[in-house]
Order: sequence, then C-alpha cells, then structure tokens
Amino acid sequence: MSDTNTLSQTAALDFDRRNLDWYIDKIIQALVFIAGISAIIFIIGIFVFITIEGFGFLLEDFSFREFFLSQYWEPSDEDAPEYGILALIAGTASVTGLAMIVAIPFSLGAAIFIGEFATGKTREFLKVLVELLAAIPSVVWGFIGLSIMNPLIIQIFDVPVGLNVLNAGIILGLMAAPIMTSIAEDALKAVPDRYREAAEALGATRWQVIFKTVLPAAKNGLLGAVLLGMGRGFGETMAVLMATGHAVNIPGSVFDPVRALTATIAAELGETAVGSPHYQALFTIGIFLFIITFLINLTADLIVRGIRKG
Amino acid sequence: MQAASTMITDTTQPEYAIRTSKLNLWYGDFQALYDVDLNIKNGMITSLIGPSGCGKSTFLRSVNRINERLGYVRIDGTIDVLNKNIYDPDVELVQVRKQVGMVFQRPNPLPTSIRDNILYGHRLHSQGKKSSRSEQDEVVESALQQVLLWDKVKDRLNQKATELSLEEQQKLCIARLLPVKPSVLLMDEPCSALDPKGTAAVEELIWELRGEYTILIVTHNMAQARRASEECIFMLMGKVVEHQLTQDLFVTPDKKETADYIEGRYG
Repeated sequence: MSDTNTLSQTAALDFDRRNLDWYIDKIIQALVFIAGISAIIFIIGIFVFITIEGFGFLLEDFSFREFFLSQYWEPSDEDAPEYGILALIAGTASVTGLAMIVAIPFSLGAAIFIGEFATGKTREFLKVLVELLAAIPSVVWGFIGLSIMNPLIIQIFDVPVGLNVLNAGIILGLMAAPIMTSIAEDALKAVPDRYREAAEALGATRWQVIFKTVLPAAKNGLLGAVLLGMGRGFGETMAVLMATGHAVNIPGSVFDPVRALTATIAAELGETAVGSPHYQALFTIGIFLFIITFLINLTADLIVRGIRKG
Repeated sequence: MQAASTMITDTTQPEYAIRTSKLNLWYGDFQALYDVDLNIKNGMITSLIGPSGCGKSTFLRSVNRINERLGYVRIDGTIDVLNKNIYDPDVELVQVRKQVGMVFQRPNPLPTSIRDNILYGHRLHSQGKKSSRSEQDEVVESALQQVLLWDKVKDRLNQKATELSLEEQQKLCIARLLPVKPSVLLMDEPCSALDPKGTAAVEELIWELRGEYTILIVTHNMAQARRASEECIFMLMGKVVEHQLTQDLFVTPDKKETADYIEGRYG
C-alpha cells in the first residue's frame, strides 16, 4: 500500500519538473518570435519616421494641387519656392514603363527557355547566371549607362545627349529582368507536369503546349513577376540618377532627359537644412514612393499567393 | 500520313491494330522491355497485367511515344499502329498522338473549362480551320454524350474542369480524346484514383467504347482485367509471358508464372 503511494508521488513530482531543455526551448521560442516580428516593426518604424519628417510640410506648405499637378520643382527659389512633382512622376513613370517594355520580353523568354527547354547542366548554369545578374550593384548599372550607353546612343541616334529616358529605361529593364526571370520561372515550374503531359498526349507540339497550356496556367505568377519588376523599377535610385540626365522635365520623346522621384531625394537631401520646407518636401516624396511601392508589391504578392491556393 | 490514314479507314480494317516486333527499350542503361512481340486485335479491349516494374506501363507509353518526354529513352524494334511503324523517321509525332489517345492514371483535365478541354484536341488537329460555334457545340455534346457525362454537365460547360469529381474528370479525359477520332485508346490504370462507384462507372464506359476503338488498358487490379477486357497479356520482368483470351488466361493459364501470379503467390 505504502509502496504504490510513493510510486504515484514520484510520478506526480516528475510531471512538473523543468529541466534545462525546457528553458532553452522557451528562450529560443521567444527569440524566434522577436526576430519574426522585428521586420514588421522596422517597416512600421520607417514609415512613421518618414511621415514625421515630412509632416510639417504636409501641414503647412503642402497643397495637393501644386504637389501633384505642378511640373515645377523649384524648392530652392528664394522668393517663391514651388514643390510640383508632376515632372518627377512623369520621369519615373516613363523610365519604368520603357524598362518594362525592355524587360518583359527578355525575362519571359529567358524564363520559358530555362523552365521549359533547357535541361540538366545548361539549366543549372543559366539559373546561377540569372541569380548573379540580379546581384550586380545598381551603381555598376549606372556606370554602364553613363560610360557605355551614353556614347552609344549619341552615335546611333545622332542626338546631342545620351543620358535620357531611353538610356535609363534600357538600363533599368536589364536590371529588373533577372529578378523577373527568376520569379516567372518559379511560376512556370509551379504548373503541374501532368498538364504538359496531357497536352502532349493530345497531340500538341512543344510550342502549343507552352502557349496554350503552360502560359495560361501560369498567368497569375507571370503577372506577379512583372509587378515585382515594376516595383523594383519605381524604387531604383542610383542607376536612374546616373542615366536619366537628371533634368526636371516632362519627356516628349525617349531622347529627352528626365528626373526620377528617387533620384531627386538622393541628390538633394544632403544639401537641405534639416527641418526646412525643402527637406520636408523630400520626405513627402518619400511617403509617396513608399505607398506606391508598397501597393505594387502587395498586389504582386496577393496575385502570386492566389495561384498557390488555387 | 493524312492520305495513309484515310486509306486505312477506307479499306477493311486490319486484323491487328497494334503489332510489335522485337521491341526492346532502355531507360539510360536499364533495360525495361525485352523482345516484346505482340499482336493486339483491332476493336478489342486488351488488358496488360503484371507486378509493379514489369514494363506494362512502359510498353503502353511507347505506343504513343509519350515515353520520349523523358529524353533518356532508347528504343529498338518496331511498333506498327494500323500497319505503319510509328518509329519510322518520316512519322509525325502529332499524327501518332491523333491516332493513339491516352488516358492517365491520375485524371489530368487541363485547368480550363469543360468545354475547352473537349475542344483542345479538336482545335489542335483542325489545321487552322476555324470551326463555327455551332460545330463546336456539336463536337462537345457528342463527345460528352459518348462518355455518359452530357446530362450531368450540360448546364455548366464553362465550369472549370478541375472542379469536377475525380470520376467525372476521368470521363472528361476520355471524352476529349474522341473528337479527333483516334483508332487506339491507351489507358494507364484509369481507375486507380477512383472509388469503387467511380471505377464501376468508368469500366462500364470503357466496355461501351469496345468495338469502336481498340483499347489497351494497364491495370494492377486483376479482377478488373478479368471483368473488363476480352484479351489479356501477362508481363513479367520486361517480357511478355502469356497473351490469351481473358477467360482462358484466368482459368487455364499456360505458364506456371501466370498461374502463380493470378493466384497471388507473388506480385
């Protein structure tokens, strides 16, 4: 009788014994949780910081009409500074638009080749190469725009200056293409092989399999790839700063120099007095960029997630 | 090939739809088929049985050359489909696939509407001729009628095919082969993903198609081979052991290996 009693007692005691492993497990859990939410906290922190810095401008000098509809960006005018970002938006949009025209055929073609045609070593080699291309620093791309594309454009098109929408668009397109290729290839890989097999067994040629079956099945992922490339284009700074010509201007042709939103912040922020209306206006551009890229990336993400579910 | 196929349909049908001679097949260095000589009768249902890895699926997948997708397959010997060796250099793969339709183990409708699934092959093989809407409607209706699916889906032809039940998907996969008028249908364990009710329904459908098409069906399920085929081939280790009328093979097999297998001593 007493024997069974001690037995059940020790058993009961053992159940709530916490050894070192238990504590380590709890600590690791807490650390992982902190690491996990830190990214979110940082993003919110950045947004709050930018908003606070730009807030004074939003309250005092900001006029919606002037900011979005005026094409005059003259923040350092002594008498009547003007803060219109229309020309800057036009600059960013024209460069990004041209970049997409350049990048979409390249990246889609590369993704189709890597995903559907290349096999074995060729495929692995190309994938590594694409990843490497994505890792080229943007200042290097800017340098290529400045020192190679610039004289080339002057020579081929016989224009006085080669730093313009065309130059920056091509550079930005080549920059965005690797990441777009990589995501588009993932989208193609997500198409189950049995669809290809079914189409081939029905007598489709290789091209028909891709065009009629694989691409429609992957269209959400491909759209996501394009949007992420666009987000990249919108946010890119250094390369466009170097290749656009950096002149505030609504472009009439691809040979006109322009100035991008991002490049404006990068070029001017260092020269403004902290807290001045100019400084705050630059931060307001930052808020605008943040919102645009956030929306583009969110949309892309939702679209890509959509295919995983469906 | 176009001329050849019309010629064949004009004259009396040959006795054998598929004839192979000395068919050897390798996956890289591994030999999967050894000297397969088979004569498969026209308009009949022939089943292929044997333990896993015996080469029955490999053989089936050689008859429409879908094996070649793998890239490392080598073949020696001939496969005549309606008296034409499909491995001849002048043969167009697309025409082989038109004559020889295939149903897969796991139903694989394309992720489009029911209607577009039926019309997929039809569109591929209509050689750029646009068929009118009413012609297409006819094609869709007759294909779905033949697989006994029309009444179930006629009001929702634009629904996504992948939303159908597995049984309906498999019937749809059979239906989409029919508009291009194949002469041979290959079926690779067409019921293994289905429940007993679906299996019965698809077996019944296969039985209905007998006579009109030559059907070659691979199955793991011996009872299915017994009840749903007219001739039966038993394969083992890449070789054909026995080819007989189904009723004879299961009652009085010639070879000891066959007897052992159908009695469940191995496999």
